[in-house]
Amino acid sequence: MARYVLRRILSTIPLLIAITFLIFMFIHLIPGDPARLIAGMDATKEEVETIRENLGLNKPLLVQYGEYMKGLFTGDLGNSVRNNATVWDTIRPCFKPTIILTITSMIWATILGVFLGIIAAVRRGKPLDYITMVIAISGISIPGFWLGLELIQVFSVNLRIFPTAGLSTAKSYVLPSITMGCGIMAILARFTRSSMLENMKEDYVRTARAKGLSEPAVILKYAFRNSLIEVVTVAALQIGGLLSGSVMTETVFSIPGLGRLLVDSINYRDYKVVQALLLFFALEYIIINLITDIVYGFLNPKIRYN
Amino acid sequence: MEENTRQMTPEEEKFLQPRKPVRSFLKKFHKRKTAVVSFWFIVILALVAVFGPIVIHYDPNAADYTALLQGPSARHIWGTDEFGRDVFARLVAGTRLSLSVALGSVAIGAALGIILGLLAGFYGGVIDAIVMRGSDILFAFPDILLAIAIVAILGPGVINVVIAVAVFTVPSFARIIRSATLEVKEAPYVEVARSIGCTGRRILWRHVFPGTVQSMIVNFTMRIGTAILASSSLSFLGFGANVTEPDWGTMLSQGRNYLNTAPHMVFCPGALIFFTVLAFNLLGDGLRDTLDPKIQ
Repeated sequence: MARYVLRRILSTIPLLIAITFLIFMFIHLIPGDPARLIAGMDATKEEVETIRENLGLNKPLLVQYGEYMKGLFTGDLGNSVRNNATVWDTIRPCFKPTIILTITSMIWATILGVFLGIIAAVRRGKPLDYITMVIAISGISIPGFWLGLELIQVFSVNLRIFPTAGLSTAKSYVLPSITMGCGIMAILARFTRSSMLENMKEDYVRTARAKGLSEPAVILKYAFRNSLIEVVTVAALQIGGLLSGSVMTETVFSIPGLGRLLVDSINYRDYKVVQALLLFFALEYIIINLITDIVYGFLNPKIRYN
Repeated sequence: MEENTRQMTPEEEKFLQPRKPVRSFLKKFHKRKTAVVSFWFIVILALVAVFGPIVIHYDPNAADYTALLQGPSARHIWGTDEFGRDVFARLVAGTRLSLSVALGSVAIGAALGIILGLLAGFYGGVIDAIVMRGSDILFAFPDILLAIAIVAILGPGVINVVIAVAVFTVPSFARIIRSATLEVKEAPYVEVARSIGCTGRRILWRHVFPGTVQSMIVNFTMRIGTAILASSSLSFLGFGANVTEPDWGTMLSQGRNYLNTAPHMVFCPGALIFFTVLAFNLLGDGLRDTLDPKIQ
């Protein structure tokens, strides 16, 4: 097991280096002079030079990359050009709303998705199966920003149950969580169904039935229990996508989280903040995948021996 | 010499009949009702995209300041926007733009991904390592985030959205076609081609490439749905089409300012995006089940 964990961690290192280099190159890939773009077209030559100096753009590329990596390890991500604060101070307050939204979305989406998947598998070929799968494929196809706006229209504007925007009360999280978790719920419903259908064909399920166990016991204790590892793995793999999905939801609901900060920073050409956010999203995606792989390997010996 | 007069059984007759792959495909596909309905929905959309702006007598950009933010009526069946422009006419005009962006970006991404996947799967070695590690890097960014990063670099605009969506489409095709190539290149008919002295290039393009077409078609259909979602998301965030252009995502973005007074401005473009993506996803599901029952 230790060898498997070590191998997985070591195989991630080249990927991390490549990602940091790609994100470092972000400013350099912008067509034209990034210092001029940040300063604005009516800025003086001195102002442009000051920005160039602050961003370190006048140094050789490798030196810049070295300084960037040193900054990453020492926690110095540079300064935001929008509010003159450090990048870390700009990003820090935005973590909480995004993380709360991600957790609440994940909880409801996993519970409902798994429940729908089990129902569909048990009622295979029956109307309930079709209805559940229509809900699931609709969940994958629905644009999150549209769903969010329609939820605001119905529950905030017409029924006045939930606030339209912001995070003033706990109720404020309800509509954004529904919007954010919809796609994950759909993915999990489809995956649970197919995994359950596979397991329900197995001999041990037939044996359990032959023993005279009740149908709910056969489904939950035998078929679902064996699907659980895979379902949890797929659910965990969705967290990374969910965090970055906050971009749309937070924009619709005006939530001051990481996703909205990314959009605002792009609009303000606050490239240091954009770089830091892209790095955060990519790193959390890779780290969550790594942890999921390791845990899956721990739970399923076949994987680590392969 | 004794003549063999035994009658063939129906199974033997059926077995000896010439195979008709297209007819067999259509027969299987027709059993999937949702996929058939989706197919016809997409055909209608394509016709709307091509002929719609010619048939509709409303100019999608003509402002009418006497009919601002009107709800659906006999004159304007899906109402008007904040400049009195006909929402239906704009959605029809937007069908051409939105479908072109999605098709264009997936076609570019697919072409690159297919070539890379074929080369990686067929030749292996260094090419395979480079293509797969490149895919890993792109896969480290969730789809929409990668598209946002690319548009942040290139700036807003329809062409840049096409490039952004094409870039995140490449690794998906590269991986799928690589694994299809690895499977096909071990098939007996490829072995035969190799043993009679065909060159590597000929084997790749004449024998391996056609074997991967099924995976290509399924992934292409599925990715169009993703591309429509991604491009309309970028437009919604203000990174896509110009605000004056009749684009579905842009229209929805503008409509959110009038959610209280003119909810149809959000509902109509959103519903159109939803049903279009749903149709492509259902069609993709149907094609996958028909063409490759193994991966159901």
